[in-house]
Amino acid sequence: MSISQKIKKDFPVFKHNKDLVYLDSAASSQTPKSVTDVVNKYYSEYRSNIHRSMYEIGETATGKYESARESVAEFIKALQDEVIFTSGATMSMNMLMYSLEQYLSLEEGSEIVTTVAEHHSSLIPLQQLAKRKKLVLKHINITSDFDFDYKQAEKLITEKTKIVSASLASNVLGTIYSIKKLAELAHNVGAIMVCDGTKAAGHIPINVKELDCDFLIFSGHKMCGPTGTGVLYGKKDILSIMPPSIFGGGIVEDVDLQTAKWKSSPWKFEAGTPNIAGSIGLGEAVNYLEDIGLNEIHKYVSGITEYAIDRLSLLNGVKLFTQKNADKNIGIVSFSVDGIHPHDIAEIAGREGVAIRAGHHCAQPLMKELGISALARASFYLYNDKSDVDVLVISVKKAQEIFKR
Amino acid sequence: MDEEIYKENILDHNRNPHNKKTMEDFDLKGEGKNVSCGDAISLFIKRDEDGRVSDVGFNGDGCAISQASTSILMDKIKGMKIDEVKLLSPGDIYDMLGINISPGRTKCALLPYEALNDALTK
Repeated sequence: MSISQKIKKDFPVFKHNKDLVYLDSAASSQTPKSVTDVVNKYYSEYRSNIHRSMYEIGETATGKYESARESVAEFIKALQDEVIFTSGATMSMNMLMYSLEQYLSLEEGSEIVTTVAEHHSSLIPLQQLAKRKKLVLKHINITSDFDFDYKQAEKLITEKTKIVSASLASNVLGTIYSIKKLAELAHNVGAIMVCDGTKAAGHIPINVKELDCDFLIFSGHKMCGPTGTGVLYGKKDILSIMPPSIFGGGIVEDVDLQTAKWKSSPWKFEAGTPNIAGSIGLGEAVNYLEDIGLNEIHKYVSGITEYAIDRLSLLNGVKLFTQKNADKNIGIVSFSVDGIHPHDIAEIAGREGVAIRAGHHCAQPLMKELGISALARASFYLYNDKSDVDVLVISVKKAQEIFKR
Repeated sequence: MDEEIYKENILDHNRNPHNKKTMEDFDLKGEGKNVSCGDAISLFIKRDEDGRVSDVGFNGDGCAISQASTSILMDKIKGMKIDEVKLLSPGDIYDMLGINISPGRTKCALLPYEALNDALTK
């Protein structure tokens, strides 16, 4: 199936908002009807709790939930037991930090290496872990062509390093990073590699074996899945030993008054009743995207990204803060316009029906590194096309006219 | 069609903000920050023996609405008694701006008000 206007028809939001030019998928993506249908089906046809019911609809619910897990596992080339459903990447990261605290021997003065470009959802949990255990937090810089400074990383990652954590793709710069390079450096010193795949999942193919990360986190809502869904992937050997950090029902095999014996992974890490419908919806989103093909999606989006970079570069007073090699860009173009604050650009774009984002994009340290307080950001996905870029360019020109610069 | 917020006076104040200067000699200083969109200002107030605002200044950057609002508010409070300044409300700011402030721009419009409160309560 090739990507065309046909794809846009799968997304009812565009029928309800005929003039909507949605360029904010990096904040949250749109939902195809097949995903909302599957969510509704759970609630209207077989709603019940999972893993404990002894009647037909309960078994159906359990079957669909575990089948969604299987789809997600195949999506990232992991084993089913290595896929934990969570309420999103932020929850995954927080859970992971608390579990790693128990699993790793983190002596005072040990180090965590991350980057200056991380999203707050992974940066802040790392900061808090460092604070709790009195660890040193170091950051890999960004180069002038908006990639990680891998040479610097070689020096930063030492025997003192216990955790290396980095994004697979930047939600501001768009760069698709080489996690494999960092994973190798991490493993050479016996450190754990954590990969934040939130911006990348559903936009490029992901193979955890190729990345060689020990953990991968991502959210469902940035890849056509429902909000309140996400994944924590971990290598089987680590998950079998690592203790859970969120406790409740459904994670124990045997409980007496003082102690509990954990189930095996992944159920050990899924306390309480999960977002059953949501995770089944996430499974359907995976199927929807796989039917089109992740390589096809990336190739298509790269074409739009390249066109956007070309058109915006031609405008006077527009400065791009984006990975200019479109193949190496996840589909994001962040930019500034001389004399016009990003919030005003976004307001005027909004009048033309164009949804873009303005601000620090939950990456304040990166903004400080780049020497700016805020940027406008357009992010592209499979339901966009080049005419969307044309409307964006018109709205930037309109903003320039209003501000007469 | 929404009522135009980028009116001529707003654009003028944004382009050439009045009272945009750092003051060495001041009595009160306040700060305002709109984290979600990157607006940040500091404002300075000097008062005379009668308790009136004798000089004002501000620095910092932000969107057109927050810059214009700060510039206009600084003009307004010059010459006012501090006690009167303390009685200003968000409604007064909206009246002063004379444009329709949507929920998304409330924080921008009220940024100088937040900074003013900070200065008056410290």
